[in-house]
Amino acid sequence: MIAMDSLEELVTQATAAFAAADELARLEDVKAAYLGKDGSLTALLKGLGKLPAEERKSAGAAINAAKSRIEAALAARREALKNAQLAAQLAASALDVTLPGRGQARGTLHPVMRTLERIEQLFRSIGFEVSDGPEIETDWHNFTALNTPENHPARSMHDTFYLLDDTGRVREDVLLRTHTSPVQIRTMLAHVEKYRHLDVMPEIRVICPGRVYRVDSDATHSPMFHQVEGLWVGENVSFADLKGVVADFLRRFFESDDLKVRFRPSFFPFTEPSAEIDVAFMGGALEGRWLEIAGCGMVHPNVLRYGGIDPEKYTGFAFGMGPDRLTMLRYGIDDLRLFFEGDLRFLSQFQ
Amino acid sequence: MQFPESWLRALVDPPLTTSELCHLLTMAGLEVEECRPASADFSKVVVARILSAEKHPDADRLKLCAVDAGPHGVLQIVCGAPNAAAGMKVPCALVGAKLPGIEIRKAKVRGVESSGMLCSARELGLSDDHGGLLALPEDAPLGQDLREYLNLDDTLITLKLTPNRADCLSLLGIAREIAALTGVPLSPPVCEPLAPVHDEVRRVVLDAPAACPRYCGRIVRGVNANAPTPEWMKQRIERCGVRSISALVDITNYVMLELGQPLHAFDDARLAGAIHVRYPKDGEQLLLLNGQTVTPGADTALIADDEKPLALAGIMGGEHSGISAATTDLFLESAFFAPAAIAGKARALGFSSDASYRYERGVDFQLQRAAIERATQLIVAICGGHPGPVVEAVAPEHLPSRPPVRLRIPRVARVLGIELGEARIEALIAGLGFPCERAGDVLTVTPPSWRFDIAIEEDLIEEIARLHGYDNIPAQPPRARMAMLPLPETQRAPMQVRRLLAERGYHEVVNYSFVAEEWEADFAANAAPVRLANPIASQMGVMRSSLIGGLVGTLAGNLKRQIDRVRVFELGRVFLADAREETGYRQPLRLAFLAAGPAVPKQWGEPRREVDFYDVKGDLEALCAPRRLQFVRGEHPALHPGRCARVLLDGREIGVLGELHPRWVQRYELGQPPVVCEIELGLLLETPLPAYVEVSRFPAVERDIALVVPQSCEAAALTSALWSAAPESVREIQLFDVYQGKGIAADKKSLAFHIVMQDTRKTLSDSDADEVIGRLLVAAQERCGAVLRS
Repeated sequence: MIAMDSLEELVTQATAAFAAADELARLEDVKAAYLGKDGSLTALLKGLGKLPAEERKSAGAAINAAKSRIEAALAARREALKNAQLAAQLAASALDVTLPGRGQARGTLHPVMRTLERIEQLFRSIGFEVSDGPEIETDWHNFTALNTPENHPARSMHDTFYLLDDTGRVREDVLLRTHTSPVQIRTMLAHVEKYRHLDVMPEIRVICPGRVYRVDSDATHSPMFHQVEGLWVGENVSFADLKGVVADFLRRFFESDDLKVRFRPSFFPFTEPSAEIDVAFMGGALEGRWLEIAGCGMVHPNVLRYGGIDPEKYTGFAFGMGPDRLTMLRYGIDDLRLFFEGDLRFLSQFQ
Repeated sequence: MQFPESWLRALVDPPLTTSELCHLLTMAGLEVEECRPASADFSKVVVARILSAEKHPDADRLKLCAVDAGPHGVLQIVCGAPNAAAGMKVPCALVGAKLPGIEIRKAKVRGVESSGMLCSARELGLSDDHGGLLALPEDAPLGQDLREYLNLDDTLITLKLTPNRADCLSLLGIAREIAALTGVPLSPPVCEPLAPVHDEVRRVVLDAPAACPRYCGRIVRGVNANAPTPEWMKQRIERCGVRSISALVDITNYVMLELGQPLHAFDDARLAGAIHVRYPKDGEQLLLLNGQTVTPGADTALIADDEKPLALAGIMGGEHSGISAATTDLFLESAFFAPAAIAGKARALGFSSDASYRYERGVDFQLQRAAIERATQLIVAICGGHPGPVVEAVAPEHLPSRPPVRLRIPRVARVLGIELGEARIEALIAGLGFPCERAGDVLTVTPPSWRFDIAIEEDLIEEIARLHGYDNIPAQPPRARMAMLPLPETQRAPMQVRRLLAERGYHEVVNYSFVAEEWEADFAANAAPVRLANPIASQMGVMRSSLIGGLVGTLAGNLKRQIDRVRVFELGRVFLADAREETGYRQPLRLAFLAAGPAVPKQWGEPRREVDFYDVKGDLEALCAPRRLQFVRGEHPALHPGRCARVLLDGREIGVLGELHPRWVQRYELGQPPVVCEIELGLLLETPLPAYVEVSRFPAVERDIALVVPQSCEAAALTSALWSAAPESVREIQLFDVYQGKGIAADKKSLAFHIVMQDTRKTLSDSDADEVIGRLLVAAQERCGAVLRS
């Protein structure tokens, strides 16, 4: 007869022995002491044959139950040791997650291009396309077709760069464009040509960003700078529309609904009426000061005619803005020359 | 145009504060550029007389003065001014006076009590003169507040006038504008004709009537050229920024500022015979008042007498015919010169004068007689003299015409986008003093002689908008027929290209389009660059034909700033002479980028390695992907001859890639050679529409082969040899290793390829794969002499 107490004792002993084994190899040795060929349980099972037949069944069941419990304890301990081993392995291979990531650094767009991109996107959202023209421009496109004939006093407003021909003589028919307005003329001529077959041509809605040149150089003037021309020509385009579009643009661009925008009479040969646009911020370093930001007006009938458009049938407005200045105001830059010096300490700030 | 507010208010005095007045002017298109007090702020300074000036008992340089300050009593004041003398009238700051930077208190100076301070002009902020006390005129009223006496509580207003508003280059013009804007009546200066007291005249002959259609002249005999200019006149012209010279000159300037009519006074004794307005004879020379001797061009009109040229018409008088202190007889000129005859002439001679500035913008062509009367009136009053009759020569057919302008009332609403109503429109036009008649919807307006900018309907609409106020025109949200814009998927915007390069670590720069001639020679071998006629500096003298020079310059600049890792790009135009172009220049947009220094920013996980050709080539390939570029060994003046590739896209050359030539690396002190790439932007913007190709369901077979070829064999040649023999099942041929060295003959190299085969209809067997590889090897052997590396 096998005492149930001694079986219970054996299970407790085995569980304790497994728990005491602190690595897998040791656990296997301990396992042999109970479940191995010469193990205690194996011996008990072998001893079953010597028992009387009527006891054999119940004793066998009791021994097998004890064996299952010992096996379960072994499995649990084995799992626990494996987990602990894995955990130790993983802990040993932990990374310093604070080390910097690997690879290339990102570059930047030029701050003025950032501005131009925003201008393009804002105007595109109300149906303006982008157009471009040459920077060495004909005198005709830059002045004459913009209602600025030879000796017109407005020509003294621009100090124009001229070029020499092969023989060293000054070419009078071409120049470095002094504004992006000549693109207006090119756009109108191309548009009219494209829609010649229609009674009423579709509207022209276009902006023309680009480089322009004037003989001028100091902290607020660069001999080369940027401009964006805008043009909207249609059957019913008015000064009130001009005010609406430009004011809307400026508030969106500066993301400031309370930006003050004012239009003040001015003079450009290619617009009539003409206006200068001033803005005033409601906060920040420049709070309350009127800052000149753009020129604009209704396209002069002569300019429409030079563009092949009948001023009786169509009206339009045009504006010219300085994206350099917009950029300076937007990001608080105080020296225009920084844009053209290629200093990476400056440029890399515009991520 | 600078002027004192007090003078303007003498002509029109609206009930507005100074800042309201300035705002009104600005918003009417006469921009107030500056508005500042006529004098520095000070208080409690009065007119006083020095009764006695004794030496200070304890200081050699100080004087002890008894000063009569009228109602403020007799004061004892210690004064250090060298010119302090008994009898003199001077400004006296009383105890408690505030002067710029100081406050006057009772004090003891070297033991002597001093109750106030006698002032120099500089101490009062009136001028820089600190030679001594400011001497006041004998008739200055004792005890009067100096600010009041000198009319110092005045404001100097500076207008930034647009070139179309020459009519506002005078006080009268500005006053007229204010009257129209406010409805306050104008009190113009009186210009009554003066009865001649003798009948001597000079005949005036208009030989150049188009340049000078009207000329008024008058002789004034017996003037005192040494009479002093009255204080009030001196003050007004000085507050306009005009220096006081002598009474006669000051009077001509005064009338010009007041009415806008330039005048010139000749010394009549130096004239011979009639006055001619004519073009110069060959080689005729003239010494001008500014000391410059000029040989006027054939289209520059002169004022001459029977013998000699006297003045450049409308620009500047001559030295030999001008007035001096000895002048007793004047010949006064008041003429109208046509803007076209004057425009640009002074500038061509390298100067500008008040007269030419006004004439080239347009002077009222009916003002000459009134102005000569006004000037005579002032001359007689100030310098005495006896005026003769005014001689007026006029060529009416050459005077500017003022054809009536038709204004259709509905057109106003169409252009401005606001309904103003007929009555309002008519009232605004009438307020300007423009004669106008209405018939139905149409106003017929005659522009006045002083306005040169009213020729068409839109000009009148601008006047209406201006007077109504731009602020009062609503800002209307844009209205248009909605239509989507085209969005071509196979065309990239330049902005996308910029973004791609920025993602790959490049910073965008904007370099000048004009560069040093040296750069064109070095980086583009361009010996005949497009030259500027008027560059601002010699290192900005020619138009660039390549962006490379600019980027090298950017690199050099940043190296100087101790930045050794530089990755920059520029997208911009270059300029190439080309007679087929409308302007004579081809101006393509190009993209260039440059990398120098470490390939990646200094970091712990990558070894430091200098950027090389293949890094930048990789950037270029990524920029063009999925389109494939071809690279062919080439030469370029900027680049290392062995490390330079011509870049082709679909067989067309689009640019160049390579390491900067060691010569330039040395000359521009760049240290390590940078790698640069410059390509035409146009073709780069095209990108194919993706087209789906069936994905195979069958497994791929992969093989790696290493081929030994002669050193001179280019990778591209071997790759294309492999492709030439590849059946459809070959999906990829990827070069993954290049080896030279042990195990390979010195004149050979080994190139290893990874080859992926996959069929869309069946699983490829080993023998299928072996067969394909066999075919590739044959082609490689035949075309490049390649043998399989054992």
